Amino acid sequence: MLNLSEIKRSLLVSLWFIFLTFPIMVIRVNPIEKIVEWRWGNMLLVGIGSFVISFIWRYFIRQKELGLKKIEMGEKITPLLKKLAIRESKYVKSLFLTLVIAAVLFPFVFSTYQTTIMTTVLMYVVLGLGLNIVVGLAGLLDLGYVAFYAVGAYSYALLNYHFGLGFWTVLPLGAIMGAFFGILLGFPVLRLRGDYLAIVTLGFGEIIRLVLENWNEFSFGPSGIANIPRPSFPGIQFSLQQATVYQYFLTIGLAVFTIFVVNRLQDSRIGRAWIALREDEIACQAMGVDKVRTKLSAFALGATWAGMVGVMFAAKTTFINPASFTFIESALILSIVVLGGMGSVPGVIIGAFILILLPEYLRAFAEYRMLLFGAILVLMMVFRPQGIISNVRRTYELKGIQK
Amino acid sequence: MNPILDVSNLTMDFGGLRALDNFDLNIAKGEIVALIGPNGAGKTTLFNCITGMYAPSGGDICIYPDVDKKVRLNGLKPNMITAKGMTRTFQNIRLFPNMTVLENVMIGRHCRTSSGILSAILRTSSARKEESGIVEHSYKILEKFGLNDFVNELARNLPYGAQKRLEIARALATDPFLLLLDEPAAGLNSRETKELDTLIANIRNEEKISILLIEHDMKLVMSISDRVVVMDYGKKIAQGPPDEIRLNPAVIKAYLGEEFVA
Repeated sequence: MLNLSEIKRSLLVSLWFIFLTFPIMVIRVNPIEKIVEWRWGNMLLVGIGSFVISFIWRYFIRQKELGLKKIEMGEKITPLLKKLAIRESKYVKSLFLTLVIAAVLFPFVFSTYQTTIMTTVLMYVVLGLGLNIVVGLAGLLDLGYVAFYAVGAYSYALLNYHFGLGFWTVLPLGAIMGAFFGILLGFPVLRLRGDYLAIVTLGFGEIIRLVLENWNEFSFGPSGIANIPRPSFPGIQFSLQQATVYQYFLTIGLAVFTIFVVNRLQDSRIGRAWIALREDEIACQAMGVDKVRTKLSAFALGATWAGMVGVMFAAKTTFINPASFTFIESALILSIVVLGGMGSVPGVIIGAFILILLPEYLRAFAEYRMLLFGAILVLMMVFRPQGIISNVRRTYELKGIQK
Repeated sequence: MNPILDVSNLTMDFGGLRALDNFDLNIAKGEIVALIGPNGAGKTTLFNCITGMYAPSGGDICIYPDVDKKVRLNGLKPNMITAKGMTRTFQNIRLFPNMTVLENVMIGRHCRTSSGILSAILRTSSARKEESGIVEHSYKILEKFGLNDFVNELARNLPYGAQKRLEIARALATDPFLLLLDEPAAGLNSRETKELDTLIANIRNEEKISILLIEHDMKLVMSISDRVVVMDYGKKIAQGPPDEIRLNPAVIKAYLGEEFVA
C-alpha cells in the first residue's frame, strides 16, 4: 500500500496545497513596521498535513469503491436503517419513548436560547419534509422553495396588520396560500424538468423576494413588518419565556403532524405516482398516471408546509423582512433534503438537525465555522452521496395471498 | 368481424418528413397483429400516435367500446388513452428502476383506482380496501408472469429477461383491451423468446385481449400472429396471414432490395 507511486501522488498533492495556501498562510504583510513576514513554519505544516490527509483520503475512497463493487457483485448490503431495525427492534420502542420524554423535558432543562434553537431546527424539519415531497419523491428540483415560506410569513404579517387576524386563523390560511402559490408556480413549469425546472423555480423565488422588497405600499419594502403577535392561547397571557416554550411545543406538534402525513402519503396511491413520475415521466404517463395532476399536487402539498412554517416563523421572530427569504435559504433546505437522503423521512429529520445545529454549535470555532460547515458537506457528498439514511422502499408481506 | 381499434388515413409529419402516410389499420377483438418493416418505416411512430405520445397531423384513431359506439382518440393525452384501455410497452425498457417489482405493477392500477390525498392521509376504510385490492391484483399478475419471487426486489436489480416480462405485467395491470408491445423479444435468447411466445398467446386466450406488436424476430412473428402488417416509408405495403406475407414480393423487396424478388 505504501509504494512509490502513492508517495509521489501525495507529494504532488502537498506541493499543490502549499502553492494554493502560500499567499495566505506564509506571507504576512505588516503594514505598521513595513516589513513582510515569511512564515515558513506554516508552509511546512500545510505540506505535512496535506501529505498525511491525502493518504487517509485515498484509503477511504478505496473503501467506498470496495463497497460499490460488492453491490455490483450482487452482494446485498442491508441499508443502515434496516440493519438497526433488525438488530434492535425491541429497543426501538424504548428509544422512541426516550425521544418523546427528552423532547417534552427539553425546554424545562435547557435555557431559552437552546429552546429557540431547537424550535428553529424543528421548523427546518418541517420545511425539509415539505421540500422532500417535491424534490425527493416527485423528483422536481425546486430551487425557489423559500418563496412559499415567504408567502406564509407575509400572509400572517399582513393579515394581522390590516385585519387583526390571529395566529390560529392564519395558520390554515397560510397553508392554503402556500398551496395556491405552489399551483401558481406549478402551471408554467409543467413541461419542464431537471435543470430547466431548477432555473425557473430559482427565478420564481427571486421574483417573490424582489416583489416583497420593492412594492412598498404592499409589503413595507426592506424595512419589513414589526410587532407581529406571538401565538396566542385563549385566556392566557404569556411571558416571553413561556411564549418560547409554547412555540416550541407548537412546532413539535407541527413536525409530528408533518411526519405522520408524509409517512402516510409516500406509500399511498398518490405517493407511488410521485415516485413513478420521478423515475420515468414518459412511462408514468403511459401507465395511466395524470402527469398534470400529479405534478401540481406535489407542488401544492410541498408548498403547504412551507406556508405553515412561514406563519410560525413570523410569529416566532415577531418581525419579518425580505432579507429572511433569500436564495441561500432555499439552498439550505435543499441541502437538508439531499444530505439527509432524498425521499427518506428519518434522513431529512437528521439532515435538518445536522445542518442547523452544526453552524450553531460551531460558533466556538469563530471564523472557521463556515469553513468547517462546508468541509462537512463536501465530505458527506463524497462518501455518502445517497444521504445519511437512504430511502428504503416499502416491502409487502404477502403471506395471505401466496398459498 | 367488428374492429375494436380503427385507424384510418393516419398521417404524421415531422417538419418535411412524412413518417406516416395515410396509414390504415384495424384490429379485431382477440386478434394478434404483428407490425413489421425495415428500420425507420414508422412503426414506433404509429405506436406513439395511437398511445397519444404524438398528436397525429391528420387522420382518425377510433376505438369501439361497444359495437355501435365509436370514440375518437385524436389529441387525447397518453394517460387518458391508457384509461380508455390501450396500453403499451417500450422498445427500450422503461420501468421505474428504484421501485420494487410489486410497486411497478401497482402503478399500472393507478388509473383503475381513485383514492386521493385526503383519504390517503386519513387512511379511510375505503382507501385501505382499495389499497389491499391493488396489492392483491398486482400480485396475481406477477404470479402469472413467474415474477412472484422478486416481489420486493427493486426493478433495476432484475435480469434483463425478467425486466421485459415485468414491463408487460405492468401494462396488463391497467386492464387493457389492446396491448401494444414494442419489440418484446429484442435482446432475449431463444429460450426466453419461446416463453414469451406462450406468454403472449396466454394473454390473448385467457383474457381475450388483442395484441399489436412490433417485432423483428420473424420466427416469433410467424408463429404467433393471426395477421401481419408490413410497413415501409410510413405506408402499408402488405397485410395478410403470416404464410402469405412470407412470399409477398413487395415485402421481400422492402427488406432485401429489388434484385432478390424472384
